[in-house]
Amino acid sequence: MDGWLGFVIMSVLGVGFAAVMIGLSVLLGPRNPTPEKLAPYECGMPAVGDARERHSVRFYLVAMIFLLFDIEIAFLYPWAVALRDLGWAGFVQVLTFFCVLTVGFVYVWRKGVLDWGPVARRAGDPVQKKAA
Amino acid sequence: MELRLLVQLGIIGLAFFMLINASAVLVLAERKIMAAIQQRYGPYLVGPHGMLQPLADILKLLMKEELRPKEADKWLFTLAPVIAVTAAFTAFATVPFGAETTFFGLLDEPVKLGIADVNVGLLVVFAVTSMGVYGIVLAGWASNSKYSLLGGLRSSAQMISYELSYATALASVVLLSGSLSLREIVNAQEGYWFGFIPQWYLFLQPLGFIIYGIAGVAETNRAPFDFPEAEQELVSGYNTEYSSVRFALFPQAEYINMVTMSAVATNLYLGGWHFPFVPVEYGWIAFLAKVGFLLFAYIWIRWTVPRYRYDQLMQFGWKWLLPAAVINLLITAAVFLYFNA
Repeated sequence: MDGWLGFVIMSVLGVGFAAVMIGLSVLLGPRNPTPEKLAPYECGMPAVGDARERHSVRFYLVAMIFLLFDIEIAFLYPWAVALRDLGWAGFVQVLTFFCVLTVGFVYVWRKGVLDWGPVARRAGDPVQKKAA
Repeated sequence: MELRLLVQLGIIGLAFFMLINASAVLVLAERKIMAAIQQRYGPYLVGPHGMLQPLADILKLLMKEELRPKEADKWLFTLAPVIAVTAAFTAFATVPFGAETTFFGLLDEPVKLGIADVNVGLLVVFAVTSMGVYGIVLAGWASNSKYSLLGGLRSSAQMISYELSYATALASVVLLSGSLSLREIVNAQEGYWFGFIPQWYLFLQPLGFIIYGIAGVAETNRAPFDFPEAEQELVSGYNTEYSSVRFALFPQAEYINMVTMSAVATNLYLGGWHFPFVPVEYGWIAFLAKVGFLLFAYIWIRWTVPRYRYDQLMQFGWKWLLPAAVINLLITAAVFLYFNA
């Protein structure tokens, strides 16, 4: 089908499918909750504290670098489509762009943002040293 | 005109039906192939050779109690599986699966075998598959359970990390074909070199195909990169607190995403519906065969390769895969310009 109509139909079908399935299970399934069933699973122990605690700062760092690189890739797509017309001038421009980006990437790499777990500890990572 | 619209709606309905059943078939295939690899029979009791096992599974899941932890976020907890499954279905919408056909003269003008034919199909696939992350992250957060939250966090970090290399690898194919429409990319791969080697981008982009393959496995959270649900660490990861159908929707979304990944790989690297000695009207058979092979490879990898460690996963993605994809893109651009400018 030409155009976006098929896309809209497909997403409506998707939502509909999920809604029908959940509705069916609500109708068919039994319902006798107990306090134990409604507690979060923690391997049989009573849950301690709230789950939404602080977590590793690396997740935030990865999300931040991801944003930068994803925007870069979003720029690359129109360039890739039009490279035939842009010629070598377009290639040199993107090469320059990549050089600037690589400087940032090397900085992030040297700072140890991309090291997780045991490797980070061996390298004397300040975040982990403080925790220990 | 009426007939044409009906046929097009029929194609959409058929594709939707096939996607729903793909997960059932894949669950059975996965268990049968796993059993064969481990020298067992696998499911054997329900129906001939256990063929009806998925049906029994889904009926059983429908009859189970829906549990929602007391501390969970009421609306997000239900919304998360709906988002995951909708994103999975919608991502397939712009993937074409066959050439134009008149259905053996039934129609005056040929229709395109595909759900939605848009000129930015590849970008839509990216945009919608990234929406699938929301399903998993929200499931992890809304459950308010430690295992779920960790699974959701890991999953988001993993998926965004591998999305970079995956998108960069595909940029090389876009560069070669000069189009973002999946149908035009497939049609650019028609013909042969030296009369017998099909002009598939696989042969121009072997490194790109490998990067896409690895990142695709990581994007769909499959082993050896199945950290969001690593059993020995996180019980079941983001879906620990889910039961009944709301649980079933997550594997369903995962299997549909696998189909989409394989279909996109077929269109971009393996020539879509073009195959030597297969007339283009029957190309959809070649397309199904290629997608089937890639899905088999998915399952094969899962039961052959041991799971990575999370730090290895992140290092591999950022320090190896991403630079390799960028270098591959720059070399492709240079060679392309050398021959075309």
